[in-house]
This record gives sequence, C-alpha cells and structure tokens, in this order.
Amino acid sequence: LEDGRKLVEYFRAQIRGDPDVASAVAAIRSLLEFLRRDQSETILGLRENMTQAIRRLEETDSSVAVSSGGELFLRFISLTSLEHPDLSQCKNVMIERGELFLKKISLSRGKVGKLCHTFIKDGAKILTHSSSRVVLKVLENAAADNKRFTVYVTESQPDSAGKRMAQKLRKLNIPVMVVLDAAVGYIMEKVDLVIVGAEGVVESGGVINKIGTYQMAVCSKAHNKPFYVVAESFKFVRLYPLNQQDVPDRFKYTADILKTVKDLNQEHPMIDYTPPSLITLLFTDLGVLTPSAVSDELIKLYL
Amino acid sequence: MADSVGRQSDSINHATGKINRLELFKRKELTKEEKQRLRKEKKQHKKNKKDDRGPPEKEKEKEKASVPAPSKPATQSPAHKAAPVPVNASASESPVAAEKPAKSKAELRAERRARQDSERASKQGKKEGGQQSTSSKPKATPNELQPVVKRLPDHVQVDDPVALKKLAKKLERQQVRQINIVMLCLLSDCCPLTDDGFIQVFSEITLHIPVTVIHPSIVRLGLQYSQGIIAGSNARSVALLHAFKQVIQDYSTPPNEELSRDLVNKLSPYISFLSQCRPLSASMGNAIKYIKKEISNIPSQCKEEEAKRILQECIDSYINEKIILASEAISKYAIEKISDGDVILVYGCSSLVNHILCEAFEKQRKFRVIVVDSRPRLEGREALRRLVKKGIRCTYVLISALSYILPEVSKVFLGAHALLANGYVMSRVGTSQIALVAKAYNVPVLVCCETYKFCERVQTDSFVSNELDDPDDLIVTRNGKTHLENWQTFKSLGLLNLVYDVTPPDFVDLVITDLGMIPCTSVPVVLRVKNVDQ
Repeated sequence: LEDGRKLVEYFRAQIRGDPDVASAVAAIRSLLEFLRRDQSETILGLRENMTQAIRRLEETDSSVAVSSGGELFLRFISLTSLEHPDLSQCKNVMIERGELFLKKISLSRGKVGKLCHTFIKDGAKILTHSSSRVVLKVLENAAADNKRFTVYVTESQPDSAGKRMAQKLRKLNIPVMVVLDAAVGYIMEKVDLVIVGAEGVVESGGVINKIGTYQMAVCSKAHNKPFYVVAESFKFVRLYPLNQQDVPDRFKYTADILKTVKDLNQEHPMIDYTPPSLITLLFTDLGVLTPSAVSDELIKLYL
Repeated sequence: MADSVGRQSDSINHATGKINRLELFKRKELTKEEKQRLRKEKKQHKKNKKDDRGPPEKEKEKEKASVPAPSKPATQSPAHKAAPVPVNASASESPVAAEKPAKSKAELRAERRARQDSERASKQGKKEGGQQSTSSKPKATPNELQPVVKRLPDHVQVDDPVALKKLAKKLERQQVRQINIVMLCLLSDCCPLTDDGFIQVFSEITLHIPVTVIHPSIVRLGLQYSQGIIAGSNARSVALLHAFKQVIQDYSTPPNEELSRDLVNKLSPYISFLSQCRPLSASMGNAIKYIKKEISNIPSQCKEEEAKRILQECIDSYINEKIILASEAISKYAIEKISDGDVILVYGCSSLVNHILCEAFEKQRKFRVIVVDSRPRLEGREALRRLVKKGIRCTYVLISALSYILPEVSKVFLGAHALLANGYVMSRVGTSQIALVAKAYNVPVLVCCETYKFCERVQTDSFVSNELDDPDDLIVTRNGKTHLENWQTFKSLGLLNLVYDVTPPDFVDLVITDLGMIPCTSVPVVLRVKNVDQ
C-alpha cells in the first residue's frame, strides 16, 4: 500500500515535471523506479508486485495507453532468459531491459513525426481532433520543412482540449481555426486530409480515441478523404471491440468518475472506437501500416 | 509395367459388362505398336522437359492440359506432351534426364511433331478417344496433400471425363479395383448421369471395392461418410484419426521394409478410397499431413511395437490438443464476447458453436438463441435439440425469414469448415448469405474456427471448387404431388445441390481461434507462425 502511494506520487510528479511527455512513458518511468526499489525475494513475487503496480497506475489514469504500455513493459523485461541463480542479478538484467525499453519509446514520437510529415503536401488543409501531442509533433516537423498548410481543430467538448491544441499551434506560427464538434460534416469538403492521434490501437486495426473521432472518420469516408492515425507502438493493446458498446467500461470514463459514480449509464463516455474499415493508414514507429497489418505486428509483439 | 496395368484396366472394364459410367466416351483402339511408340515418345518428351524445367511445373502443365474441353483435337498435342509416365518410373528417370544432351532435343521434337501431325490426321472425327489411350497415368499421392504444388485436386472436376478416367487409372495402380457391387446400390440411388454429363454427383460414380487391400475400419468409415452418418468436419476428422489408429494397430511391417516408409504407402490407397466416398475436408487433409509427417519421422532403429505406441500417442495428442483443448480455449474467448441480454443467431449445426453456447449458459450468461435452418439438410434441428436440452431459450426460423429476424439480433456466431489463406471462410452453404445480410444490418459476425482447419488454398467464389450433393434431395413431395419427379427427362433442367460456400472477409468481423481473436485478414500470419513452429 505504501509502495502504491509512493508510485502514484512519482507518476504524478513525472507528469507535472514534463507536461509534454506521453502518459504511458511517465507510467513506464514510474514502473522502472518501482522495480528498482522493489524488495521481493522471488521472481514470481516481483512479477506480482509489478502487475499490482500497473493496476494502481490504471486506477490513477484510466487511459488505454497506460494499460497497454504497462503490459508491454512487463513483457519486454521478462522476455529474456532469467536463468541467473542470484535474484539481484536477474533484477539488474530486468532493469537494464527496462531502461532500454524506455529509451526506445521515448524516441518513438520523433520517429512517427518523421514518417508522417511527408504525407502533408504544400498548401494542404488538415483537420484534426482534440489535442494530441503526436499530431503536434507531426505538424511541427512539417512546418520545419517549410511547408505551408492550415489546420482546422475541433473544439472537442467536454474538456475543450481543442482550444489548447490551437494555442500550441499558434505558437508554431501555423494558421489554425477552431471549429465546433458539430461542424465536422460542414468543414469536410474543404479539407484535404484528416490526421488524428490515438489513445489505443486495438487488434482489429481500429483505434480508440477521444469521443468524436468515430464521427469524423465516418464523415471523411463519405467524402473520400484520407483518414490517418498517428500512434506510437506501445499503444497497441490486446482488445477486440466489435462495436462501441464492446469497449470495456474502465477505459471509457476517467478514473475519478469510475471510483465515485454508481450508475455509469448517466455518465458520458470520453472515448469512442473507430473501426478499421474507416482508417486509411496508421503511422507508427514500426512503420506505416494498413489496419490489417496491425494484427500482424501485434502477433509479433505479444507472441 | 505400365503396359500391363493398362491392359488390366481394359479387361476389367470389359469384364464388368455393366454401364461403366466412365465409358461415356468411345475408346480408340490403337495397335500395340502404336501404343508402345506413343509411350516411348512420352518418355522422351518427359526427359527433355525435365531438362528445361522442374517437376512441379510439369504437373501444372498436366493440370492445365486436362482442364480444357477434351473434345478439341487441337488440345491433343498438349495432352501428348504433358502426359506423364508412372510416377515411380519418373522418379528414377529424373537423374537420367539431367544428363540428356541438348542436341537430340531438337531432333526428337521434330520427329514427334511429324508423328503428331500424322496421328492428328488419322484421328480426325474421333473426340476424346485419342486422349483416352494416351491418357495420363495418375499421380501417386492426392494433390491436396502435396505442399509444393498448390492447386486443386483434379478429382474435383466432376464433369471432366478425362479427369475421371485419370482417377480410375490411379486407383488401378493402387490396386483398388473398380467393381460395381449390387449390394451397394443403396448408394447409387443418387444421381444418375445425364448423357452430356451436365450434372454428375461425384461420390456416386462408381464405388471402388477393394479386394484385399483396404482395411475394414476404413471401409466402414467410407460408408459412414457417404451415407452422411458421420457429418461435420470435427466429427469426420476424429473418426478418421480413430480409424487410422486401428489401422496402425493392425499393421505389421513386411520383411525388408521400413515402417516409416511402408506405412505411408499403405495409407495412400485408403485415403484415395475415402476421398472417393466423400471428398476430403480441409481439416482431414491437415490431419493426414500431420500423420504422414509423424510416421516418416519415426527413427529407423525403433522397434515396431514402440513405433506403433508412439504413433498412437501422437494421434491421441493431436485430437486432444487441436480439437478438444482448442474448443475449450475458443469457448473461453467467445464467452467474453457474450454479454447479458444478447440475442445470438446461429446457422446450421456447428459442434464448436453449440459447445460455446452451452458453456456460456453454464457460466450464467443471460442470452437467447435464434437458430436458422435451411433445406435440404435441415441441420439446424440437431443444433436446436442440443440447445433446448440444455435449457437455452431458442427460436427456430428458416433462412428465408432471415431479414425479418435480423433487426432483433445482437450477434451472429458461425462455424467454419475451413479458413482459406486469403481470409475467405468456407462453410456450409447459406453462411455467406447470413453474413451478407448481417453486414447490411450492422450486426457483428463472429466466426469460430480451430487453427487445424486453416488451409493454404485460395478461393474467391463458391463455384470454382465445391462438393455436390444428391440433387434428388431437393425434390419435395407436397399434397401428394412431386413436381420435379422426372427432372432428368428435361434436357434443359439441372438440379444443383451445393454443400459449401465461401464468405469474403469483409463480412466477417472477428475470427475466434485457439490462438486468440484475430481479424479475418490475419489468417496467413497464423499459417506462417504455425509453419515456423513446425
């Protein structure tokens, strides 16, 4: 329990210290620190403690990325031969691998940005949804490449995250316009492409993202505009939702609401699921993938 | 040897005196010399061919040669060229062929061309006859079991007399004689042939009854298949494996032979016999591949008893892992997808889907089931019986009421006969219809399939390769009137009773396998992973 509290504090401190960091990266940093401080005697005990820690972090921040990042971290560090007789040696191996994993994923956002910005042509009009740090990185790279483009951002209620995105873009001197969530259909004929981030990428190749993404995908399909998703590989999660209802409740609502509210039917979900048929391409640090290739990559990552 | 086999088949064919249905076409009588000359010619050509290309391409040519309509005389030359010699001989010829000097190729070709021209002239007006005498000797092993040459087995070309004749000869070579036995006329009450070969039901052409060669449990199995007593791809595979266990039990290695090689050869005629009774399913094909691999992996110094024990264990563990445990794993994943208040639609009778629903009911999930059924098999009644016995609330409709009932449905669970390498699902006829209408109503479609049913074939429509069932099953008597009673007398009427159809992957939302939940497009990845494991 003590450890749990300390872990959450560390996690929150990470996020406060570096607001630009992905929540999953912060979670993994905290898990690594937890691993260093852990006092268990056996490898099995260690694994159990780690799983508990991940559970604890999920309670703090209920986004899909924390859950998937945590699981992948655990897999990565335990996927080596831990045949050393001494526990501390095993722990050192695990810590090394953990640091390697962390380094890799810290670089993933940069890789995605480099891959995607070439798809933005000069004079393009881009539509994006809510506030995504990966999309921001992509647009940063494109601007640095001296491309001229305009961005339309949806307001993204209930937390008005779109307005924050617009501010950040203005700082980069990119012409930006904030539109209502309801105006997506209206604006779709003007734009050339749609780029959104993702909170999680599921096994079918679909994505889980802020509520309103599914709507945007359906509109872009109707107008035949390409719909691109940018996501790092640690967001790949072993879910397979069949429809909106099938997404587990623990991802749909924020952690606070899950703890306090009794009847979730009265609450409004924060995320929705976009099926793979509406997505053109996914940009990840593993490369540019079609939705059906996501399953291949997942099989490689998890099996 | 080739000669004698050919003559033997002639004598048997004439001796039966009955309507050998394979004699739809006239056989040309070539003189003995001509036959010998043609055979030599074939051998020469084969040797030359082997210089240019490898054996797999040659077989492809054979295949292509037999597919076009045999009635054209123009196709005789490719048939000539492609006609293979007996496989045993060719296996020994290939090292010899490699040393053939290039110069004589041109000479031989010129000679051959001259001969062919003369023969073509003499054969004007005779249709398939020419091809019969030079008809290709059949291949030793069923094609669908050769992983290198991937194409459809020729016995599937039901209306192609050349292919049928080839098959007859093949069974010949495997010493499975062609005898029409009156006792088995109970099977021949299906589908007579029309004169122009419009519809033929494959499994009832002739029944090949072995004299000494086929093990009795295999004969029984074959009869059970063709009667439909054992139906459903899991049931058929399990029955096949049990029969093979019996065969292995009763097997004794002949002197101077190795068990690992001889047993595989012994199994081949059994497999041909079974595929004559009813075409093999993809799951059975994979099971046979596995057994053959296990048999050939038996170390040669192993004693016979030991080897038999190992094989029995292998078969048991295959059944256990791939069928029984797989269905447990699939139920586990599938139950996650069943929520309270669901209305689940199932089609026909799939042992796996029934198992999933029974398990979910035991785990106290609240749902109700709609069973969709279709003529002529009406397999849904069996599924209905099993589910109702368990206590599950069920509704029963025929497939024509599908669009009426679908707005109520929340999920569709389908079983599969096989999953093809391009993501298409091969299943009982009617399945693709269900998937199509479900897609139109935005209802998720889940296919449940064990990984041992994944096969390397690729098919995009249901016609290119299918199984035909008895057309007389389609006839129904109502109020004492049978309208289609004499359908054979009408030349322009044909009855088509297909058994399987293929569903494109766009209509399937999720495939649940023992490896997990995968999208339909990931089937080749699983196949790749499995091959790496093996």
